[in-house]
Amino acid sequence: MKALCWHGKKDVRYDTVPDPRIEDPRDAIVKVTSCAICGSDLHLYDGFMMGMESGDILGHEFMGEVVEVGAADHRLKVGDRVVVPFTICCGECEQCCRGNFSVCERSNRNKALADKTFGHATAGLFGYTHLTGGYAGGQAEYVRVPYADVAPVTITSGLSDDQVLFLGDILPTGWQAAVQCDIQPTDTVAIWGAGPVGQFAIRSAVLLGAKQVIAIDRVPERLGMAQAGGATTINCEDESVVERLNELTGGKGPEKCIDAVGMEAHATQSLDSLYDRAKQAIMLETDRPHVLREMIYVCRPAGTLSVPGVYGGLIDKLPFGALMNKGLTLRTGQTHVNRWTADLLRRIEEGQIDPTFVVTHVAALKDGPEMYKTFRDKKDGCIKVVLKP
Amino acid sequence: MSATAFTRTTTRHRRTRAAARGLGWFSIGLGVAQVLMPRVVAGVAGLRGSERFVRACGVREIVTGIGILAARRPGPWMWVRVAGDAFDFAALGSAHNVRRPASRALLGAVAAVAALDAGCANALDRIERRGRPPVRDYHDRRGLPLPPVAMRGAARKDFEMPPDMATPALLAPWPPVALRP
Ligand SMILES: NC(=O)c1ccc[n+]([C@@H]2O[C@H](COP(=O)([O-])OP(=O)(O)OC[C@H]3O[C@@H](n4cnc5c(N)ncnc54)[C@H](O)[C@@H]3O)[C@@H](O)[C@H]2O)c1
Ligand SMILES: [Zn+2]
Ligand SMILES: [Zn+2]
Repeated sequence: MKALCWHGKKDVRYDTVPDPRIEDPRDAIVKVTSCAICGSDLHLYDGFMMGMESGDILGHEFMGEVVEVGAADHRLKVGDRVVVPFTICCGECEQCCRGNFSVCERSNRNKALADKTFGHATAGLFGYTHLTGGYAGGQAEYVRVPYADVAPVTITSGLSDDQVLFLGDILPTGWQAAVQCDIQPTDTVAIWGAGPVGQFAIRSAVLLGAKQVIAIDRVPERLGMAQAGGATTINCEDESVVERLNELTGGKGPEKCIDAVGMEAHATQSLDSLYDRAKQAIMLETDRPHVLREMIYVCRPAGTLSVPGVYGGLIDKLPFGALMNKGLTLRTGQTHVNRWTADLLRRIEEGQIDPTFVVTHVAALKDGPEMYKTFRDKKDGCIKVVLKP
Repeated sequence: MSATAFTRTTTRHRRTRAAARGLGWFSIGLGVAQVLMPRVVAGVAGLRGSERFVRACGVREIVTGIGILAARRPGPWMWVRVAGDAFDFAALGSAHNVRRPASRALLGAVAAVAALDAGCANALDRIERRGRPPVRDYHDRRGLPLPPVAMRGAARKDFEMPPDMATPALLAPWPPVALRP
């Protein structure tokens, strides 16, 4: 079959690879009808996540048709239309029972490596690093879905692929980012990053009743889309983010802050960016925490920081004194996708949210390598790419 | 509200660029007149006898006009026009008696054009200093069935906050019920 494979920094290829097969009775094979490129894939593309190996099949946002089911999978049937969450979970371990699916204790088959790196392993993820199991991803014609009797969301209504595809990652991610803020009707929610995750976080914050939603980015098309969703915008290239946020909150700072940028934050008009880039280059630091620093600094005391943005390793010069003394709450995590899928699917069906707004580019899977570039460089107003195998 | 702000911005950008183009053509028109009919222009401007000077100014006008129309960033060229206006104003000022109403009207007209030029140059600067303008407009991509103001809090009526993600009780607003709907 054909698939998009990682071969190193900025090197994604449309390769021919062996077809996946059932390896465990709980597996299923899904024929992909739509998949997407995620901001998390860019961290791999740019070579900032450790644990990638040449030839790894990328992609963790995908959906399709079940074409083969393992003997022990009593839930899925051949022909079912499913959206597959990017977090693989067993459904039975202590964490799964608590709904903490992204830290499932059993689905990461490289547990030893992950234990060593993070202290304790987290869940297996599709098309991600070997730290998260090194499972073949969904930017491919077919995917093997482990524990297929647990996470895949069956779509029975006549919704289009574009309407439900994002249930597997960015929609619940934006939603959880907002939920973690426990938004009160008096809250200002500031969201760094108006990429796909930021866009869904904006809509979620509005639906969850924030008084004011502020989006921060430097890409004009993304700021435009953020405004469409009800956000006041700050272009971090033109204005001082801290000053503007204070202005918009009567000098007190936003109660809730969301980092939808992650480890590759750009820093304009600040010294710390140079510092981080230099340290990153000589591997003394792996991630650039500009947004985290800004959030900690500007957040209102006793406020909450919600971090869906992905970090992979080490950061420094984090103003932990401010974080501690201001009594901030910090909430993080890969999304516990299945906690939200049923509720969000219902909201899509009821028309409360229509996720298709975020799709700006649709292309064939074979154009994937080119689309990685377009998405990364935000060329041609690109916000979200959907690929069709 | 913000969408209109964006529309306002893009409209403002479009108007500024249109104004710059208009002034560019005006510059060329005036320049052509000065070069081809220096005597007529000198007569109107009260600079009889300075036909060569008028022609030279015409060349300057044409060059600046072309610069404004052809440059990808017309801002600096617009400032050249502003400098030219100042020069013209000084030249006319020294040749005219400001007490004469006709002279005053002429100087006033030059000053008005100068003000227009400076305003436009300033606006162009602001646009050019700021990031690139959007190549696509996504203001129609709401993703919500109604305008955001109308959707505010729509999910609250049937969303159950998971206790493990709620703000720790110690940090929650006090009294807790007052702020919850
Ligand atoms: N927690 C999860 O489960 C989960 C799921 C999906 C994605 N993610 C992560 O969420 C993040 C965003 O994903 P995306 O798909 O929206 O990616 P994206 O790369 O399209 O968006 C990031 C945006 O941040 C902006 N940005 C960069 N520096 C900034 C700064 N200093 N201030 C404000 N904005 C800045 C960029 O211009 C860009 O628009 C990534 O880190 C991704 O890995 C996490
Ligand atoms: Zn993702
Ligand atoms: Zn589990």
